[in-house]
Amino acid sequence: MFIKKSSDIPSSEITSKSLYLNRRQLITGAAIVGAAAVAGVGLSEIGFPSRVAGANAKIDGLQKSPFSTSEKQTPYKDVTNYNNFYEFSTDKYEPAGLAKDFMTRPWTVTIDGLVKKKQQLDVDAIMKMSAPEERIYRHRCVEGWSIVVPWVGFSLSELIKRADPLPKAKFVEFTTLLDPKQMPGQRVSVLKWPYVEGLRMDEAMHPLALLCFGMYGEVLPNQDGAPLRIVVPWKYGFKSAKSIVRIRFTEEQPMNTWQLSAPNEYGFYSNVNPNVDHPRWSQAKERRLGELTKRPTLMFNGYDQVASLYSGMDLKKNF
Amino acid sequence: MNSKQLRILKIFIFLAALIPLGRLVWKFYHDALGANPVEVITHSTGDWTMILILTTLSITPLRKLTKQYWLIGIRRMIGLFAFFYGCLHFTTYIWLDKSFDVHEMIKDVYKRPFITAGFTAFVLMIPLALTSTKGWIRRLGKNWQRLHWLIYISGIAAVIHYIWLVKADLREPLRYGSILSVLLIYRVVVWLRNSRKNPTPVALRGRSPEVTES
Repeated sequence: MFIKKSSDIPSSEITSKSLYLNRRQLITGAAIVGAAAVAGVGLSEIGFPSRVAGANAKIDGLQKSPFSTSEKQTPYKDVTNYNNFYEFSTDKYEPAGLAKDFMTRPWTVTIDGLVKKKQQLDVDAIMKMSAPEERIYRHRCVEGWSIVVPWVGFSLSELIKRADPLPKAKFVEFTTLLDPKQMPGQRVSVLKWPYVEGLRMDEAMHPLALLCFGMYGEVLPNQDGAPLRIVVPWKYGFKSAKSIVRIRFTEEQPMNTWQLSAPNEYGFYSNVNPNVDHPRWSQAKERRLGELTKRPTLMFNGYDQVASLYSGMDLKKNF
Repeated sequence: MNSKQLRILKIFIFLAALIPLGRLVWKFYHDALGANPVEVITHSTGDWTMILILTTLSITPLRKLTKQYWLIGIRRMIGLFAFFYGCLHFTTYIWLDKSFDVHEMIKDVYKRPFITAGFTAFVLMIPLALTSTKGWIRRLGKNWQRLHWLIYISGIAAVIHYIWLVKADLREPLRYGSILSVLLIYRVVVWLRNSRKNPTPVALRGRSPEVTES
């Protein structure tokens, strides 16, 4: 996979930004080599470090996915200016500005818990584990709005297989970066920081569950969870943890942040379900951004192939 | 302040109170309402209803504390604008959220506490708007004042509506809530002081200067 810098940097910024990028690439490059050595990736697979750059960098060689929807994609400017990213702000219009200088390199992800080999992986090494795919998914927020996003990544199962969890491991827990200096929202205790999310192992291994590092053919913008996030399209948006620094395998069901915040309103599963209302509002309908009136919400957000994961379960109880 | 100055001031307030609506309309036609225009319209009209309710409620304390008794002359207009933005807020809900499905709306009012609170706040403002004319003030006499105490309940219900609808960040609704508390506590203090000084309930004493425009 090659990631090349886009050419549309304003001329006024070129000097300072290129200097900045050079310095950053040096660090990144070193980190990649180090991480690759740990992960046992050959140098030929690494790619030239200068091709790994910041936001708006194109991701080449994207493969199409049979999981993609043909529905109309939500415009890029909406998906990048309307973000529930409480680490930056509880106002959805603010993360775009507040996350502008967020440092996504160097970035390491700790893999620990019930795995054969606990390790620290550089995000660039993770991105090279498998060929990047474009997955156009519906994304439904628990608040009642939805978008259609062309994410870039590969199945989370690719990473999990390589992490080699022990048979005892029943759940996967994802932790977002804790850094109040960079993330002003974390200076306010509206939620318990750091943000934690979790999936049952079979959910995490489902091919639809995406390990994501890009969207719209480019590197993931900071306000959308850069540099690495998950996307679980059949669950409400808050299950798709952003800016992940730790992936831990556990025997016990993890306590996710929103459940901790309001256990009667947010459960562990949080599958999109038009028949189970949020205690305070209906989930039967949703507003697709760009549309004036609401449309019906689909069971599992229209991803019926996951239904078998929950056969025999009372989804009203396990909300 | 003489009556001519007051009239000019009222024209100014009238135009100023239309700015939030004008801004929404302008942004709508310039595609500047962001990713979720309906949400922006809903929140903005809701915010301005709240702000204007708090403004009408602050007129009485303000005029008594500053002895600027002419302030009563602008209260009705501000109150009616609170109702106006409340109507816009309600219309956004019934139209863009419920697609004019009255049955769905009734279910919502019954099932969703934050809708119940918001609906209560709105409905209680209707009689206040209807009886805001000079004719009704005269006809209702002392009862006019009693009827218009409903604005306290409306204000409380509006704050509860806001508190119950946010997900986790209570800072904004609590900011409105604390302003409302101060305005209500002022009234309780005044009422307690008056009832101690004078056994006649405050409502029965002549308060005509407050309800007529001078």
